[in-house]
Amino acid sequence: MYAQLVETGSNKLKTLDEMSPEERQFQERINDEIKIEPKNWMPDAYRKTLIRQISQHAHSEIVGMLPEGNWLTRAPTLKRKLQLMAKIQDEAGHGLYLYSAMETLGADRDEEIDKLHDGRAKYSSIFNYPTLNWADMGTIGWLVDGAAIVNQVPLQRTSYGPYARAMIRVCKEESFHQRQGYQILLTMMQEGTDDQKAMVQDSINRFWWPSLMMFGPSDENSPNSAQSMAWKIKRHSNDELRQRFLDQTVPQLELLGCTAPDPDLKYNEETGHYEFGEIDWQEFFDVVKGNGPCNRERIEARRSAIDSGAWVREAAVAYAAKRQRKAA
Amino acid sequence: MQNPAQKNVAQKTQAPLTDYLLRLGDSALVLGQRHAQLCGKAPALEEELALMNVGLDLFGQARNWLGYAAELMNDNVDADHLAFRRDAQDFRNLLITEQPNGDFADIMGRQFLFDAWHVHLLDGLTHSSDPRIAEVAAKSLKEATYHLRRSSEWVIRLGDGTEESHTRMQRALDNLWQFTGELLQVDEIDQAMIETGIAPDPEAIAARWKATVEEVLEEATLERPSYDAWMYTGGKVGHHTEHLGFLLAEMQYLPRAYPDATAW
Repeated sequence: MYAQLVETGSNKLKTLDEMSPEERQFQERINDEIKIEPKNWMPDAYRKTLIRQISQHAHSEIVGMLPEGNWLTRAPTLKRKLQLMAKIQDEAGHGLYLYSAMETLGADRDEEIDKLHDGRAKYSSIFNYPTLNWADMGTIGWLVDGAAIVNQVPLQRTSYGPYARAMIRVCKEESFHQRQGYQILLTMMQEGTDDQKAMVQDSINRFWWPSLMMFGPSDENSPNSAQSMAWKIKRHSNDELRQRFLDQTVPQLELLGCTAPDPDLKYNEETGHYEFGEIDWQEFFDVVKGNGPCNRERIEARRSAIDSGAWVREAAVAYAAKRQRKAA
Repeated sequence: MQNPAQKNVAQKTQAPLTDYLLRLGDSALVLGQRHAQLCGKAPALEEELALMNVGLDLFGQARNWLGYAAELMNDNVDADHLAFRRDAQDFRNLLITEQPNGDFADIMGRQFLFDAWHVHLLDGLTHSSDPRIAEVAAKSLKEATYHLRRSSEWVIRLGDGTEESHTRMQRALDNLWQFTGELLQVDEIDQAMIETGIAPDPEAIAARWKATVEEVLEEATLERPSYDAWMYTGGKVGHHTEHLGFLLAEMQYLPRAYPDATAW
């Protein structure tokens, strides 16, 4: 999930009777599936939760450009280079309109980016894993964007209007990226050499479990979920979404002719669902806390881009001010 | 299907035309690759989008020019082969396009000096006697016009921004200036293109390039180095700066490391 472990500031749900008249009106509006718009009254905790969630989502888009940028200079054909560059550009675009949606809640983009750079804000942990071969560009599209889509499709109906509308456009582009990613893998598996096939399997081995972790902790360890569900910021539980992702992904894995690094993965005829082994939640929480393979590197790359560009932004401001003085 | 007259021209000029297309394609490719290296390093998110945009345009142009060159070579090569399997000495790009990214002033200075030439050249090529070149030029001209507007604006902003940005922009200009002579240089390949009406009059392009450069630098409060300064040339005949080898080593890594791979 592009926004994970979002704090809601509340572990207990209020009933309609316990709410103030404003809160009650707000909750009833949500219950009736009427979108909340920037000028509507909203509880402070709802606003803060959304700012956290949307900013995390935006940060994820921006940090997510880095592992792909790592292979952009080494894309093996002009077609793949154009596709990857367009994908990364889409991600920068998603970041931009998510930050804009966030600003409708009164948050400031620069302040939120500062929080990312000093470690106060999170972003999706998946981007703290390194991209080590070209097949990773396919796997990220297929598994990572695939998991993101499963998370984001319900967000198109999320209760906050500007976020829901941003997600409609994001989802369209993500679906395109996912097909492209799968195509990269399929080409290598069907027309590639043994070396290329080995790249694909190696890549799947590394990204399989982190992709399943993208949906966040199991429902019993997800204390903020109930409030987010009541606010319809979240519409399905983590486990439900993870299962949906797995059910759609395993047949695609089989079509590739690859395997998952999970000896317990099997189809249950009775339930009609795939079952999977134990997720290493220790690894998940380690990476969330900053102890993943690339956490430091990713943040340092973002900070360095913004810091080393400070003189450029200052020049733009100074020039604009000069122009204004001349015009006056 | 070509008409016989066109076929004749093509046969007569095949080798110089191929070389000319490689010059166009390689410059776009190499400058595009410099943009790919900038991913995630822009000074603001809006610039991240703009840099990727310019890079995408350049790679697209490279694919068109190299695709045409490959067809003329008729040697079982395609655009990818030309991009990923040739060595530095076979590249025909302008030296300015391979210069390293440096800081944002270097990036924008390089882009501006190139764009100011590129736009006028493409404009001329839209009237090329070769219909395919005219068609690619027309599409590319729209993109390059936007590139020039953007790079001009940045050169002006940085030149006339703060003391620091002015110093950096002037330094970038001074360093890059030695590569501008090649933009206006005419050799026998260019001459062959001009004679067959494939390429436009170089005098007119030089005059328009100078006019654009002078206008922008003046507004940017930057000092224009002398046109008579010593000029570093050679890219058009495959004599490059040291930077190109590293750029290609990175770009060509996969097709070179896995030469048996036919599909990616």
